[in-house]
Amino acid sequence: MSTAVVTVNRGLFRGLNLRQKTLLIIGSTSLLLLGIVVSSVFLGGEPLQTNFGSKNLAPSLEHPFGTDWMGRDMFVRTLEGLGLSILVGGLASTISTVLTVILGLLSSAGKTADSFVSWLVDLFLSIPHLLLIILISIGLGGGATGVIIAVALTHWPSLTRVVRAEIKQLKTQEYIHISRNLGKSKWWIASKHILPHLVPQILLGTILMFPHAILHEASVTFLGFGLSPHEPAIGIILSESMRYLSAGYWWLAFFPGLSLLIVVLAFDMIGENLGKLMNPKNAHE
Amino acid sequence: MSNNEKIAGFVGKKALRLTSLLIVVCFASFMLIQCSPIDPVRAYIGEMPVTAEHKAKLEAYWGVNTPPQDKFLNWAGDILKGDFGTSLIFRIPVIDVIKERFTASLVLMGVSWLFSGILGFVLGIIAGAKQGTWVDKAIKTYCYALAAAPTFWLALVLLMVFSVYLGWFPIGLSVPIGVTADDVTFFDWFKRLILPALTLSLLDIAKITMFTREKLIEVLSSDYVLFAKARGEKGLDLVLRHGIRNVALPAITLQFLGFSELFGGTVLVEQVFSYPGIGQAAVAAGLRSDVPLLLGIVIFSALFVFFGNLIADIIYEFVDPRIKQQEASV
Repeated sequence: MSTAVVTVNRGLFRGLNLRQKTLLIIGSTSLLLLGIVVSSVFLGGEPLQTNFGSKNLAPSLEHPFGTDWMGRDMFVRTLEGLGLSILVGGLASTISTVLTVILGLLSSAGKTADSFVSWLVDLFLSIPHLLLIILISIGLGGGATGVIIAVALTHWPSLTRVVRAEIKQLKTQEYIHISRNLGKSKWWIASKHILPHLVPQILLGTILMFPHAILHEASVTFLGFGLSPHEPAIGIILSESMRYLSAGYWWLAFFPGLSLLIVVLAFDMIGENLGKLMNPKNAHE
Repeated sequence: MSNNEKIAGFVGKKALRLTSLLIVVCFASFMLIQCSPIDPVRAYIGEMPVTAEHKAKLEAYWGVNTPPQDKFLNWAGDILKGDFGTSLIFRIPVIDVIKERFTASLVLMGVSWLFSGILGFVLGIIAGAKQGTWVDKAIKTYCYALAAAPTFWLALVLLMVFSVYLGWFPIGLSVPIGVTADDVTFFDWFKRLILPALTLSLLDIAKITMFTREKLIEVLSSDYVLFAKARGEKGLDLVLRHGIRNVALPAITLQFLGFSELFGGTVLVEQVFSYPGIGQAAVAAGLRSDVPLLLGIVIFSALFVFFGNLIADIIYEFVDPRIKQQEASV
């Protein structure tokens, strides 16, 4: 398949090699996401004015995303919602990653611990994810904290599974056997020999967890759990827009959802391109 | 190991797993709800004002103040007898609600599961066979965009385009209003199934297409395909003879493993289209603190996911000819 491997460099990025191109994509998408978060934080300071003189306006130059039934600018609301989503997603994937690392290292500690971890993973995967989030958020008393904690507590199983398989494979390596024969403790081997190998994988897994967490947060909010209707979350904006669908106010739903899609895509792209950079196997391409 | 022994071992292992899973799921979800600050009496009476005396009576009647372990044993004992309690929202036995709602959802999920599986597989084969061409790139772009799309947003967009703008389909509800259940024609019901099923399958397609594509590319770069090419096989024939046979089983297995995500998608889609399925019941139960119904749905959804995985395992262990051959040679 030698023909497939040779990629011709053309188009927008002529003159750059794959490595530079990948870095460029990662840089620009990260900048976009950072821009969203920063501007949403700045906008969060001043309350959105309601202006009944300009309610339910279709998209125009002044209001690129149109306005809602209270005359609020949908572009600003969407931006704030995206910022909130990214922050919640970040918190959730950080907590899930910490859990993954703990459980991964625990599974390397011994046979009983390992089967406990795999049992826990199976348990969490046995209930549909969305239902599990609803159940946990109710158990925690609902509200914004309930939803955020539930999203954070349920995204570790798939990454843990990957990490566990990786650890199993690493443990059969000879240098680990030698290290053990030299009398190093289990903890020493886990932190000095196994953990460094897992870092790139865990980093990548965390970034790829982001979109899942963001989408789950938006879904659960859309269903009416968690955040109060005053918060500018994408899920709330969209569930509100449902009431105005038959009136033909299509922009209320279309643009916020599309922006969410773009944010999720941006995270996917960063994750995938980072994966390309970190995998030495296709560095020569 | 003889075939019968293998089957017996498999069934035994799976039965044990199912039992232990159900016990743990029941216990864990019960304890979660037990910790929650939901006041069951308040959930039952709703917004009606009651005197403190009356409330105490109700509390005694519902056994609010019995210790948690007794509560769990009572509840679990009833479930073993097939009694899931009474739904607080619908005021009928939970098992009846689940039976009715789950049937409706199964139709929806089944249709979109089949549709997305077949279409996704075909698209994946096309993309894989034409790797690198514009067809492949178009299919890939479509999959990336769909995988990132929020389910409920896609449902809203389809609803806007087809129901509001074009007016082809009714906005929500599974049957026309003001028509008794017996008068609902098959066509009425079918018309309301199309959009939710379409949304659900559009989203599911992405995963199966990408998987099939990757697998086919892997197969096409193998030695035996190179040999087949050297013998002069090419084009569609090559893909049909060597590609599809190797890709079909893993793709079908993956489709069965996706039951959990399918269920999650159904919850959202049902909410947008007001389709009276299990997902809508779950959301209502969650929002209005209908604990018996919510717990019942959790148990049944866990069963649903378990059976998806079970079928995938059966395909892997018993249907795949390569696994059979490996065992024969051992």
